[in-house]
Amino acid sequence: MTGKKKFLREKPIMMKELDSGFKFEVAKEPGGKHIKRCFACGTCTVICPVFSVNDQYNPRKIIRMILLGLRDDVLKSNFIWLCSGCYSCYELCPRDVKITSLMIAVRNIAVRQGYIPMPMKKSVDFLEKFGRLLEVSEFENIVRLKKGIPELNPTISEVKEVLKKTGIRNAMGNSGIDE
Amino acid sequence: MRWEIVVLMNELKYALFLGCTIPVKGLNYELSTRRVADKIGIKFVDIPEFSCCGFPIESIHHSSAVTIAARNLALAEARGLNIIVLCSACGGYLIEVERLFTNKKNIEEQKLINAKLKDMGYQYNGNVKVKHFARFLYEDIGLDNLRKLIINPLKGLRIAPHYGCHYIKPSKIFDGFDDPIHPQSLDKLIEITGATSVQYMDKLQCCGGGILAVDEETSVKMVKHKLDHIKETNADAMTLICPFCSVMYDEFQSTVESTFESEYNIPVLYYPQLLGLAMGLDPKKDLAVKQNQVKVTPLLEKIEKLRGNKND
Repeated sequence: MTGKKKFLREKPIMMKELDSGFKFEVAKEPGGKHIKRCFACGTCTVICPVFSVNDQYNPRKIIRMILLGLRDDVLKSNFIWLCSGCYSCYELCPRDVKITSLMIAVRNIAVRQGYIPMPMKKSVDFLEKFGRLLEVSEFENIVRLKKGIPELNPTISEVKEVLKKTGIRNAMGNSGIDE
Repeated sequence: MRWEIVVLMNELKYALFLGCTIPVKGLNYELSTRRVADKIGIKFVDIPEFSCCGFPIESIHHSSAVTIAARNLALAEARGLNIIVLCSACGGYLIEVERLFTNKKNIEEQKLINAKLKDMGYQYNGNVKVKHFARFLYEDIGLDNLRKLIINPLKGLRIAPHYGCHYIKPSKIFDGFDDPIHPQSLDKLIEITGATSVQYMDKLQCCGGGILAVDEETSVKMVKHKLDHIKETNADAMTLICPFCSVMYDEFQSTVESTFESEYNIPVLYYPQLLGLAMGLDPKKDLAVKQNQVKVTPLLEKIEKLRGNKND
């Protein structure tokens, strides 16, 4: 993830590549409503703790890309998954773009297009299997009993039922199917 | 906004929501919380059907995530309980969904969620309040009441507070109990133990836990940034209130040390562990300090030494 080279476009942006409807698509998604308010002041990028160590994640630039209509470049990117969700920009944005929620909106769209990082996919597998992101084993319950605190249910199977009803696998499309 | 009058404390019960990380990586957090709660007189109810809060998949599929959260809220509502969380991310997310249900503008989404839960026998009507344990101590129990329970003041100890993000942000969902830019609650909670709350640069910076799974390199750099600033102050330890922040600063401290050839040795205590020490609880038996990755023993020795000096 080094070098600015990868981030800068080598080719000029062609008008025909742009999808002017993308910003409306994002605005319709939960959390994306305020995308068009951005006036590119850059407060988000300046305050961003991720940007300060990795300039691949540049919220101001991502918002410009969305407004410009670079749909595929945004949805296929790794950088939309780099927001750590700290809400620093959300608090300080003078236009109340709600960037933290906006990134979640964009990710939801990316997932429906089949773009989802493997670790995120794994988290769905785990939730279906255990109802939690981590497995509670027999060991944890032995320690709990010893300390006199209530045992935990190793599997909350209803979570799988919920996910079936809400259709998470359908939303994930082909990317959601296990090999 | 205080929930109830403290005098009634003994009669009040709260559902304790553990989430995913605490059962596996945060027994020290959970145990110290339960022991401290016993001392104060807070009664927890354990609901075995509680699951993940839903937040980890909000980025993947919004409607799945909110439905998982609503199921958890419905479980507490059916028992007439409010929820206390230990994980800041669980807290933030459950409050978001709690608010989704108290705003009439969202009636359509509420119906959609409840329709999905109906077959499983759940319905959520928006009657549960969710609070972080640290906020509950600060706001509902109150600093004065906590101070009365301090029998071993940690005088001379210098502690760096780490607020984390979802405990206070986005501020619009936290009723203004603390300032999102200059928060005070954790500093004050530290000060009542007798310790000094140490100020340091970028105190509010995020731990990076949110992207650990997708980009470990970046998140480890974020951890380094904060540990560097804390080290500059010569603080004795840092104190935090979220299991994922603890994973980053406690569990990953050695990763940062080996990656950047640096050395920190900064013990990372959960706030209830710090409070428990000041309340005279047993470090091993009650506060499970052996579970902390960075050794706490030197810190305990320092506390003993400081206390010895005072008694001389």
